[in-house]
Amino acid sequence: MMTKDTSGDVRLSGISKTYGSFTAVHPLDLTVPQGSFFALLGASGCGKTTTLRMIAGLEEPTSGSVSLGDQDVTNLPPYKRPVNTVFQSYALFPHLDIFENVAFGLRRRGIKSVKKQVEEMLELVQLGEQARKKPHQLSGGQQQRVAVARALINHPKVLLLDEPLGALDLKLRRQMQLELKRIQTEVGITFIHVTHDQEEAMTMADTVAVMNAGRVEQLGSPADLYENPNTTFVANFLGTSNLIEAEVDTKSGDEIVLKAGGGKLSLPAARCSAPTTTGGKVLVGIRPEKISLTHADDAGGIPEGRNRITGKIADSSFIGVSTQYVIDSPVCPEFEVYAQNIDRDARLIPGADVVLHWNPAHTFGLDATQDIDAGVETVGEEASA
Amino acid sequence: MTLVRWLKRHLVVLAGLLTLGYLLLPNVVVTVFSFNNPKGRFNYEWQQFSTDAWTDPCGVADLCGSLSLSLQIAAWATLGATVLGTLIAFALVRYRFRARGAVNSLIFLPMAMPEVVMAASLLTLFLNMGAQLGFWTILIAHIMFCLSFVVTAVKARVMSMDPKLEEAARDLYAGPIQTFVRVTLPIAAPGIAAGALLAFALSFDDFIITNFNAGATVTFPMFVWGSAQRGTPVQINVIGTAMFIVAVLIVLSGMVISGRRKRQRA
Repeated sequence: MMTKDTSGDVRLSGISKTYGSFTAVHPLDLTVPQGSFFALLGASGCGKTTTLRMIAGLEEPTSGSVSLGDQDVTNLPPYKRPVNTVFQSYALFPHLDIFENVAFGLRRRGIKSVKKQVEEMLELVQLGEQARKKPHQLSGGQQQRVAVARALINHPKVLLLDEPLGALDLKLRRQMQLELKRIQTEVGITFIHVTHDQEEAMTMADTVAVMNAGRVEQLGSPADLYENPNTTFVANFLGTSNLIEAEVDTKSGDEIVLKAGGGKLSLPAARCSAPTTTGGKVLVGIRPEKISLTHADDAGGIPEGRNRITGKIADSSFIGVSTQYVIDSPVCPEFEVYAQNIDRDARLIPGADVVLHWNPAHTFGLDATQDIDAGVETVGEEASA
Repeated sequence: MTLVRWLKRHLVVLAGLLTLGYLLLPNVVVTVFSFNNPKGRFNYEWQQFSTDAWTDPCGVADLCGSLSLSLQIAAWATLGATVLGTLIAFALVRYRFRARGAVNSLIFLPMAMPEVVMAASLLTLFLNMGAQLGFWTILIAHIMFCLSFVVTAVKARVMSMDPKLEEAARDLYAGPIQTFVRVTLPIAAPGIAAGALLAFALSFDDFIITNFNAGATVTFPMFVWGSAQRGTPVQINVIGTAMFIVAVLIVLSGMVISGRRKRQRA
C-alpha cells in the first residue's frame, strides 16, 4: 500500500551548527529518501546527535535549511513538525502510565478516541498487557519499545532514533535491532538512526553516513563503506583495517604496483581514492579476514598473482569461529589477520615465520596525507559514547 | 538471658516508639487539657472532664476573629510564595543568567537570618515608607520569609527533572503551554506541594515577625501569646487539637490514596 513518493524525503541543505567558537556540524548536505533506514554513525561528539536534533527542531541550525518532502520546516517548532523522536534515555513521562504515554501525541493533536489506536500500537510492540503500568515498572527493553510506540503512533513522516539501544545489554540490543528493523519494514516510515556502534549501523541501516568532527566522511551502503572506504577514518572506524605505507612504483591501465618494504603489492586503480603519481605515497589497506596465512615452509605453494607480505606471528587468540593473529611484519608492526577455523595448522603459533597473502582485488588505496590511526577506537571512547 | 535477647531484637522498635512518644507528648497534653474545666483563668492544672470548650470554640472574645485572620493570611501567603518561589526555582535551575550565583545564595538569606533581626528591620522599612501596619504588611512579610523555603523545595524537585521530558513533549505536538501544564507541572507538583505546605505552616504560626509588623491587628499566635499573660482559655487547646487532627487526617488520606494507587498498578 505504500506508494513510492518523496513526501517523506528529508533534505538537509547547507545545514550547520556552531556554539560560540565551536563548530558542532559543518555545513552539510544530505538527502534521506522516503522509506529508507538511514544511520548516522560516528564517535561521541562528532555532530550526529546535533544533526538529528536539528531535524527534530529541538536545535536551531546556525545556517542552512531542513525540508521534509516539499515542505521547508527550518522555522517550524518541534511540535509542528511531522517528525517524532525516540530519545536515548527514552524520556517516558513518569507520571503517566504506558497507555497515556503512547496516547500523548494523539491527545495533543485533539484526537478524542485513542483507545483502539493505542491498543493496536501496544500490540505491535508486544506490550498489550502492560498498558496500565507506570514506566518505572517496566524493564529497559520494554521502556524502549514504549518509546518507539509513543513516537510511531503519530505516523510521523520520519522517525528519529537517538542511540535508542545504547542503554540495553548486548543480547537485548541484538534482539531490538531485529525488532526495529521489522517494525520499519512493516510501517514503511523513514527511520534516521544515530549510533556510535558500527555493527548496529551496519546491521540495521540501508544507508550509513559516517560522521567525524562535524562532517560526513563517507556515505553509502554498509557493504560499500566496508569494502571501499575512502578515508582512514572510515577504514578504521568500520571494522578493522591493516594500513601499509607504500610508494607508487608503476601504473599500468587499471593496475597500480606499489613498493612496500622489500616487496611489491598490486592495487586495482578503481579502488584507490587517492591521487597517484609515480614515486608518490599511498596507504594500502586490506581487511583482516581477506588475508590467508601460510607457514613460511609452505610459501612455495602460494599461487602466483597474490599480494604477499612476510612476517612473524606475535600473538594469536582463539575466538571459536575464527582465530585472530597479530603479525609482526617489516611493513606494518601490528598486522591483523582473522582466519576461519576450518583447517587449523598446528605450526601457526607465536614466533612462527609466516607469509600473508591475499587476492589483490581486495586491496584498497587511501590518501597517505591522512592520519593513519584516525578512527581507531580506544577503550575509553566506547564507554563514554 | 531471654530479656537481653528480647531487647536486642526489639531495640530499634523500642527506640522508635520512645522518640515518637517524645514528639507526640506535647500534643497529647494539649488534647487532654482541651477537655479540662479549669478553676480560675489558667489551664495548667487538671480539674475535671468537660466538653464545654469543644461545644463553644468561639466562646472567647476575639479568638475566632484572630484565627480566621491567620488562616486568611496563611492562605494568601502560601499562594504568593508558592507562585513566586516556583518561578524563581525554575529560573535558577533552568537558565544561566548574570548574577545567578548571587541570587542563588541571597534567596536563602531570610532562612539564615535571625527572625528578630528581620522583624525589626522590616518594621523600620515599613515605618520609613509610611506604610500602614496591618494585614498587608503582615502578608508582605510572610510571603518574603516563606519564599526561600518554597524555592528550596521546588528547586530540589526541578533539579532532578530530566529536561528531555519536556523535549519529548514538544516533539509529541505539545506547544509551550501544553508542555508546562501536561508535563512540567505534574512532575514538579510534589515539590511545589511540599513548598506550599511548608509555607502555610510557617505563615500560620509565625509570631516574631508578625508581632513587629502587625500594628493593631491580632493574628492567632499573637492572640495566644497575649492571652497567656492574663490566663489561657481552654478554647486555645481546642483549636490546637483541631489543627493537629486536620493535619493528621490530611497525611492519612494522602497515604491511603497513594496506597490504593500502588495496589491498582500492581
